[in-house]
Amino acid sequence: MGDFRMPSLGADMDAGTVSEWLVKPGDEVHRGDIVAVVETEKSTIEVEIFESGVVDEILVEVGQHVPVGTVLARLIGTGPSAAHTAPGASVAVAHEAAPNVPSVIEEGPIRRPVPTVAATEAPAEAVGPVVPAMSETRSAPSPAPAGATGPGRVFSPVIRHLAERLGVELTSLDGSGPGGMVTRADVEKAAKRTTGPSARRVRSSPLARRLAAEHGIDLSAVPGTGPGGSVVEHDVQLVVSLATSEPAARPATGTESVTKVPVAEEPTAAVVEGRQAAMRKAIGALMARSKREIPHYYLSTTIDLSSASAWLERANLERPVSKRLVAPVLLLKATALAVARVPEMNGFMVNDESMPSEVVHVGVAVSLRTGGVIAPAIHNADKLSLDELMRALKNLVGRARKGVLRSSEMSDPTITVTNLGDLGVEAVFGVIYPPQVALVGFGRIAQRPWASDGMLGVRPCVTATLSADHRASDGHRGGLFLGEIDRLLQDPENLR
Amino acid sequence: MTTDEARDLIRSVLREVAPEADLDEVGVEETLQEALDLDSIDFLNLVVGLHEATGLEIPERDYAQLATLDGCVTYLTRAQ
Repeated sequence: MGDFRMPSLGADMDAGTVSEWLVKPGDEVHRGDIVAVVETEKSTIEVEIFESGVVDEILVEVGQHVPVGTVLARLIGTGPSAAHTAPGASVAVAHEAAPNVPSVIEEGPIRRPVPTVAATEAPAEAVGPVVPAMSETRSAPSPAPAGATGPGRVFSPVIRHLAERLGVELTSLDGSGPGGMVTRADVEKAAKRTTGPSARRVRSSPLARRLAAEHGIDLSAVPGTGPGGSVVEHDVQLVVSLATSEPAARPATGTESVTKVPVAEEPTAAVVEGRQAAMRKAIGALMARSKREIPHYYLSTTIDLSSASAWLERANLERPVSKRLVAPVLLLKATALAVARVPEMNGFMVNDESMPSEVVHVGVAVSLRTGGVIAPAIHNADKLSLDELMRALKNLVGRARKGVLRSSEMSDPTITVTNLGDLGVEAVFGVIYPPQVALVGFGRIAQRPWASDGMLGVRPCVTATLSADHRASDGHRGGLFLGEIDRLLQDPENLR
Repeated sequence: MTTDEARDLIRSVLREVAPEADLDEVGVEETLQEALDLDSIDFLNLVVGLHEATGLEIPERDYAQLATLDGCVTYLTRAQ
């Protein structure tokens, strides 16, 4: 019935690699569930599904690199159907390698129903004969299919994934949620209780396992850099190379980080470099396209932030450390609200036609210390309170830096804000992210001489800039937009 | 809190806040925000981390004292 396709996670993405499936045929999924993990040049993205139903078939295997739009899995209508939970239907895996996947996807991908004998039971064995690099199936050594859904108990993919990551056996838990449902907190609590080595399950790719076996390495001692901290081939290679150059250099420290830290401390230099190069290229291609296609115009205005700063200081005085706000939150909120006054700044350019968006999803440019920039969205930023926005921003920045974002955050920002202010520059004239039509930049908040009411004073100021698409708006409207941001910031009560 | 304890605490919090950063490269008198490329959220996370470990309230007006590694150490050792 429904097709679940490789999503476009930003205009700079042409293709992605499925690095993990969190569901299997027969699983019930709900709109918003994270069902797969996809690697792009820029990040590891947790991909949500936008339909509810039951997973019928997984068509693209872990390890395959496929174009945007490729059908990854098929869904059938809601409600568990006996026919599709039957073992026979459980492993209908696409055995075709990437070249056969069509780049324009109208009819389904070419999938030869390979007559595998063992296909009913163990996925790992069933795909054994395929090219090794393409055949990394589910990374958990024992997905425990019976235990996962248990007799009469259903766990959401998110909970299952978390449990798997933390090495918690779900069926052994008493749920504290409604109807005895197992919640995230339950799983986390259980993970804290059982930290003994026996409770720990190391997630690893088949290649990593093979390599580890060849070299006699204990996988549980290898810090993983793969999705969810799983151990992948190069992690093992690193340990092998360390072990040969300086014996006993590292493995002892590994055990904790494998299960607890989703991102390992140090990915190998080669991995980091490879990813940086790919990201550089992706950013380059998108920005070149932007500059080639979008007739940018640029505006700039300096905004007096004395009332906003004073308000922030007062607000933070009453707050415990963990609830304090930072100035960029006010700037983000003001931008999100200003869109209501000048809607053509918020939306997309589609086939030379401006399509303003009803909702305001503010992309926040986050610079990665390892190089590169990524601009995931905070959804409905105009509707969030400052506290909610602060939480969202903290969470987003943290996950962007760790390289774990969600598909919905990557695919749909309607306007982007870049805040290079912390780096100390006065102003930033950004390049618009296609297909968006505007980008707002904020520089450093600094004390400046400011004339007001015939008096010269020193006030905290920020330079706000707008890069906008001339096909969607004119400078006059752009000026109104920046003016509206200014006006909103003069009375921070507007922003709450 | 001794100087060594304070230093260890700060380093462990910074490792959380900026896992990619190389703390050994940072001089004790260098501005942390510049040396480690911390933005305002990272800095707040540093303050939150120090607060959680010590229970100190660390009001905003004290932030300036936390600008460097040495500054942080002094702040923490003096506070108790």
